[in-house]
Amino acid sequence: MLASHPEKRISFNRSISYGDLVIVYERHDNMKAVTVSEGSVLQNRFGVFKHSDWIGKPFGGKVFSSKGGFVYLLAPTPELWTLVLSHRTQILYIADISLVVMNLEIVPGCLVLESGTGSGSLTTSLARAVAPKGHVYTFDFHEQRAALARDDFERTGLSSLISVGVRDIQGKGFPDEFIGKADSVFLDLPQPWLAIPSAAKMLKQDATLCSFSPCVEQVQRSCDALQSCFTDIRTFEVLLRQYEVREEKMESFHGDDNGSNGSLSRKRRQCSDGNYVLSDSTSSVMARPCGEARGHTGYLTFARLKCFL
Amino acid sequence: MSSTENINKSSSRITWEGCSVLLDINDGDRLVFARLSPAAKLKIGNKNCSLQPLIGCPFGTVFQLDTSDSDGPFLSPFQPKGDVNNTDEIKDGHFQAESKDDQPNSESKDNRSLIDNNTAQSLTGEDIEDMRRQGAKGNEIIEALIANSATFDKKTSFSQEKYRLKKQKKYAPRVLIRRPVARSICEAYFKKYPLKIGFLRVDTLSLLLSMANVSSNSDILVVDMVGGLLTGAVAERLGGTGFVCNSYLGQTPHSMDIVRIFNLSDEICKRIVRSSISDLLSPKESRPQNPKQDVGSVESQSIDQMSVSVSMEEASHSPENGISDIGAENTTFPALKAYKATKAGEKASQEILDSWKENGFSSLIIAAPDLDTWTVVRDLLPLLSNSAPFAIYHQYLQPLATCMHNLQLEKMAIGLQITEPWLREYQVLPSRTHPHMQMSAFGGYILSGTKICSS
Repeated sequence: MLASHPEKRISFNRSISYGDLVIVYERHDNMKAVTVSEGSVLQNRFGVFKHSDWIGKPFGGKVFSSKGGFVYLLAPTPELWTLVLSHRTQILYIADISLVVMNLEIVPGCLVLESGTGSGSLTTSLARAVAPKGHVYTFDFHEQRAALARDDFERTGLSSLISVGVRDIQGKGFPDEFIGKADSVFLDLPQPWLAIPSAAKMLKQDATLCSFSPCVEQVQRSCDALQSCFTDIRTFEVLLRQYEVREEKMESFHGDDNGSNGSLSRKRRQCSDGNYVLSDSTSSVMARPCGEARGHTGYLTFARLKCFL
Repeated sequence: MSSTENINKSSSRITWEGCSVLLDINDGDRLVFARLSPAAKLKIGNKNCSLQPLIGCPFGTVFQLDTSDSDGPFLSPFQPKGDVNNTDEIKDGHFQAESKDDQPNSESKDNRSLIDNNTAQSLTGEDIEDMRRQGAKGNEIIEALIANSATFDKKTSFSQEKYRLKKQKKYAPRVLIRRPVARSICEAYFKKYPLKIGFLRVDTLSLLLSMANVSSNSDILVVDMVGGLLTGAVAERLGGTGFVCNSYLGQTPHSMDIVRIFNLSDEICKRIVRSSISDLLSPKESRPQNPKQDVGSVESQSIDQMSVSVSMEEASHSPENGISDIGAENTTFPALKAYKATKAGEKASQEILDSWKENGFSSLIIAAPDLDTWTVVRDLLPLLSNSAPFAIYHQYLQPLATCMHNLQLEKMAIGLQITEPWLREYQVLPSRTHPHMQMSAFGGYILSGTKICSS
């Protein structure tokens, strides 16, 4: 998925071959991750697509089904992966993910601790941010979920950047081997305040922590727990509003011939009083917010380890 | 400076001589970018103090202005005794003890007996100056002010806390050393001088970097008319791999002042290159033949060199070496430029240009409030590899709507979306949790999508 592997990096000359992970794009709200393999087919409402037909085609191109329907094949990115991954838990989406990576100040080479792993949506973006030399150690107490996450990271080509551990972080804290080594800690746990004392031990001085919680009561208790060792404690909520764009024709009326624009299409219309008026039909591109949106994901609480001299 | 030393410094959590810092004075009241040197001085109120004590300290250290010494005011490290709160209050141990047995709900005091007639304080300005002359520390003055306030005891514990904080800011100002990274630089500019960064809010910047899949080893094409903030943020994420190509229309590169505020290592700076859009668009192999263009680029280079040498002079004569207040009239950072001649922003070599023409850029980010969005996108999009993501920032919706519509008509991209982020901060305190009373109502719009093959 990442450009760190030169042979997998997108370019004008890069074409699809067996073993590649591709994102099959039908519409912006309908995508699917597919690993291209010999003898396989993809079946959807547009018909049957043979993987063998895709070999040698460029990424970002159209491919056709037996019935003549088409889809686009895209190179995977963490953003696309977030939209297609299988949900084993509630996941983090792009707005929260982006703010987490920015506010945790994660850059290449960082060592990041995460718990829980969940479906690995955030983990994928954390891996991108620490690549090529950093590492993400992510922990989940659920053995099967950890194993599935490992499989996913293998599939997305990130396994060299991510280690998945099975561990109850709320109960046992992070492993001692990371004491004083972490640049950032991310917590998405039902009772994050239980893990905060351990997180504080893991962090380097002035290093950052983030806790994600859907409920304000969780935030309250976390902030309380953060007081003793952390500073710069700030809680945010980030949401996105999407816009739809349309070209609409609109008519405008003029009482006389003057002042009308020559480029507009124009009709003469007879009004009820017998006079003629001009009807101009103009078309313009307009945008408006989409009617529905995600109204809440969670609160993000950021903090920085206090600096003791 | 050896290169390994340099790499260590760029990720260092300890300041060094010549390092760039963000000084947060009195909890964000004033934000100052400075380059640390023994000669650098910072003016707080009417006191000038040396930044020397800040060299070699961990980032995150808090200093307090000490005026008790007869040799003049100086900054001394400050260790908060009690807890540091997430709103604006820094409580000290005394208040901490009080608030523990005094639950917010059981508070019986209120403001009924407070009358605003300006007679509550019996200490005069002269009394305070006398104390100062006798070497009283800031904290001692604050205690004296409280002892001489007729109304302090009648205040609720919250307003006592507020009073204490107000006096602390005046008589014992505090300076926090922050690391200048994309987040802190963006937040500082957004708070004090948003015009310079085109009103680009930190959550919007973070989305641009995600949506454009900025990751190590990628070649990112940017049009940065937000002072270099975008270029610096991308370079930070590349970590000395790949390239960020800062492109510009016409002959004159856009300003990249803000890049110098980041503590980018030489390795990272080398990965920031510049190219005119016309050089990027000219077909491969054909060297730019246009004589006018050649003159232009040479000229712009010599202007660069000139501005560096001019600012060197400025720096050596300026008493306030290396200090610049955001939002103050002098918004370039002459001393920053001079201290370390960063190599960021060299002209892209023909070899690199050719490799981009051969392989395409990995992604594109535009933050160019002054350019026509659609025509820039139309020209630059073909330079991207197939399936490359892109993200366009604008503070107005209409240019993005028009651009999105045209991209759809021309079938140049899919997954097109216009997004407006919304960011709200919360005050979290026992029984007093609520959103902040004031918030930024607008952080800009982003048009994002994925380039498809032209068929």
